[in-house]
Amino acid sequence: MPTTREIKRRINSVKNINQVTRALEAVSASYVRRAQNAVLASRPYAQHAYDVLVNVAAQSKGEPLHPLLYVHEPVERIGILLITGDRGLAGAYNANVIRRAMRFAESYERPIHWVTVGRRGRDAIRRWIARLERDDSAPAYLKQQEIVAEFSYLPADPDLGDVAEIAQIVFDEFLKVPVHEFFIAYTHFINTVTQAPRVLPLLPLRPFETHVKRISELVQPDPEVRSRTRDYIYEPDAAAILDEVIPRLTQLQILQALRESLSSEHSARMVAMRNASESAEALAEALQLEYNKARQLVITNEILDIIGGVEALQDRD
Amino acid sequence: MPIEVEVVSPVRLLYRTEQADMVIVPGSEGELGVLPNHAPLLTTMGFGELRIVEGEDVVSFVIYGGIVEVRPDKVTVLADDAESVYEIDLEQVEAARARARDLMASAPDDAQRAEIAQELRRAEIAVRARYRAMQQRGGVRSVEEENNSA
Repeated sequence: MPTTREIKRRINSVKNINQVTRALEAVSASYVRRAQNAVLASRPYAQHAYDVLVNVAAQSKGEPLHPLLYVHEPVERIGILLITGDRGLAGAYNANVIRRAMRFAESYERPIHWVTVGRRGRDAIRRWIARLERDDSAPAYLKQQEIVAEFSYLPADPDLGDVAEIAQIVFDEFLKVPVHEFFIAYTHFINTVTQAPRVLPLLPLRPFETHVKRISELVQPDPEVRSRTRDYIYEPDAAAILDEVIPRLTQLQILQALRESLSSEHSARMVAMRNASESAEALAEALQLEYNKARQLVITNEILDIIGGVEALQDRD
Repeated sequence: MPIEVEVVSPVRLLYRTEQADMVIVPGSEGELGVLPNHAPLLTTMGFGELRIVEGEDVVSFVIYGGIVEVRPDKVTVLADDAESVYEIDLEQVEAARARARDLMASAPDDAQRAEIAQELRRAEIAVRARYRAMQQRGGVRSVEEENNSA
């Protein structure tokens, strides 16, 4: 039986933990709102930029006007941009998206170049690569993977400037290294209790395929776009316009995925912290009961001692 | 016939009106005045001032690159980055300019040099646009402007 002082100490520490988890929960709740508003703010730009892209691409008559639109066949190597958090304490958030990306990598059967955002993802992929290297039964394509770039500790409220660097690596990989397709693995925010890890194609951009619309989720599918095509005067020329629009669209897709992931991370953390707070309260209550019992026991023992002493004295008389 | 104008940047919608009489766009090939019924045009923009004339009023933005789509009845400005002239904080711009100059003095490499030059140009344009706006109406509309564009 622990002494009352020990129990008191444990109660205090549990209460402290409760305070910390409560604070983390509140912080996460405010981040969720902010990240959600940011997602909505980019929507008009994405919609218009996409319209312009479709219009210009339609006039190119099937010929890819921009290197980022070029579809490579066959696909010899792929790239995956994996977005995770830097910190844990967010339930299964990190583990889910990492597992989803790994399963995708296994099923695609191509050598992979990883670009990771977030420490958790980087560490997990590093461990995975090391494990595969030791494993003789692992297929060859899984042994030919590497992390080509990693980003961590992005600002809490990322904007296009923060994404530009990540996008640059993705473009370089696609244009110079020949990574023939680039995918993005992130966590889609559905609501505060549900988030879904996803892997979606990022490059090459395929303006007329409906799945592109799904990627960004920014653009409301618009069946009229194609029929609205009109003859534009281009200044200086179509290629210069595409040069402006296409990298921006890809950057926006990455930013969007990043914001979705942040919303998801904060909600996951909020829920995890709420659970922790509740457990802490339950534990504190149970400990309080134990403390009361222990305290009562001490008092009873003291009374017994006193009575014993008194009786011993009486016997002597 | 008025023109509909929308000014958007990747992070927000800055301005929207259906009552513009003329739009002056900082095109990369030179400044461009757009009146109603302009031929469809897609062009890139450089750094410069975008002015939207609505009757007696002129609404002004500083644009840092992007593209603009012109249709007979609508102008859509897709700016890489933009701010309302009334949002420009001259002190902040001066501070940024001083920082850029200090950096320039500390022997940067070529990439940094280009970035600094860009920063200086940005500051230059922002300051010029801000002064012009202040001369025109003494900066009186600033609060209303900010509410409109927020």
